[in-house]
Amino acid sequence: MRILNYILLAVFAGLLIYATVHLPARGDADAPMHRQENVVGDPVAGAYFISNAYRDAATPNMVTVVLADYRSVDTLGEVLVVFTAGVCCFLILRRRLYD
Amino acid sequence: MTNPSESVIIVVVSRALARLIQLFGIYVIIHGHYSPGGGFQGGALLAAGVILLRMTEGYRESQTETSTAAAIPLASLGALIFAGTGLVTLAFGGYYMDYGAVPVPGVEEPIVRYYGILLVEFGIGLAVMTALVAIFDDMLGQAPGGDGEHAPAESTGAPPKI
Repeated sequence: MRILNYILLAVFAGLLIYATVHLPARGDADAPMHRQENVVGDPVAGAYFISNAYRDAATPNMVTVVLADYRSVDTLGEVLVVFTAGVCCFLILRRRLYD
Repeated sequence: MTNPSESVIIVVVSRALARLIQLFGIYVIIHGHYSPGGGFQGGALLAAGVILLRMTEGYRESQTETSTAAAIPLASLGALIFAGTGLVTLAFGGYYMDYGAVPVPGVEEPIVRYYGILLVEFGIGLAVMTALVAIFDDMLGQAPGGDGEHAPAESTGAPPKI
């Protein structure tokens, strides 16, 4: 059983290494994620964020602009996840004074 | 962990260190517009300062920091600041979380967005900090308020009764 685990581990490691070999090179301008248009020819959202983040929000850090302005509803969901974790720990774990 | 540390050195050093950690947390939140950082990271640092004091000063003494009873209400306030900012923009006719829709006389729209992001980051920082502190306190298993009946025996080193 132990041998089988190691074999499985080696197979998955080989699979991951095989997948990383075919990734585009770092900084490759022709990589799909760096194109300004997708395969259909529509403009990609990321290119808009990069060119217009400073003009829209006067903030040099475009990650902050994407996080708190363009995709702020997503961030609201993340905050609610943290808040829900706190409330759940409160409801399950906190000791009552009288019980 | 619920009792104060027996070493004076640990208590004194951790008091100084906790303030430095929290100062850096505030810096990370405010400087998130210009450098890596933001509400989540800064809130985690602020909570780290409080939790350090919880571990060294003891549960009872460190209640003057974010107290256990105030943690969950403050977390609600933080989430409410975030969601309320979005509701304000709705009231001025914009989309939800579209900070530029709020008309501030004499200030251009990008600057309004700049301060909208800052306000939202403050809400995130407050919510994350107090939620982490609340989770830590709940894991400790102490009674809120800490009356003498349910509190563990002080400085006997006995583990708290769960």
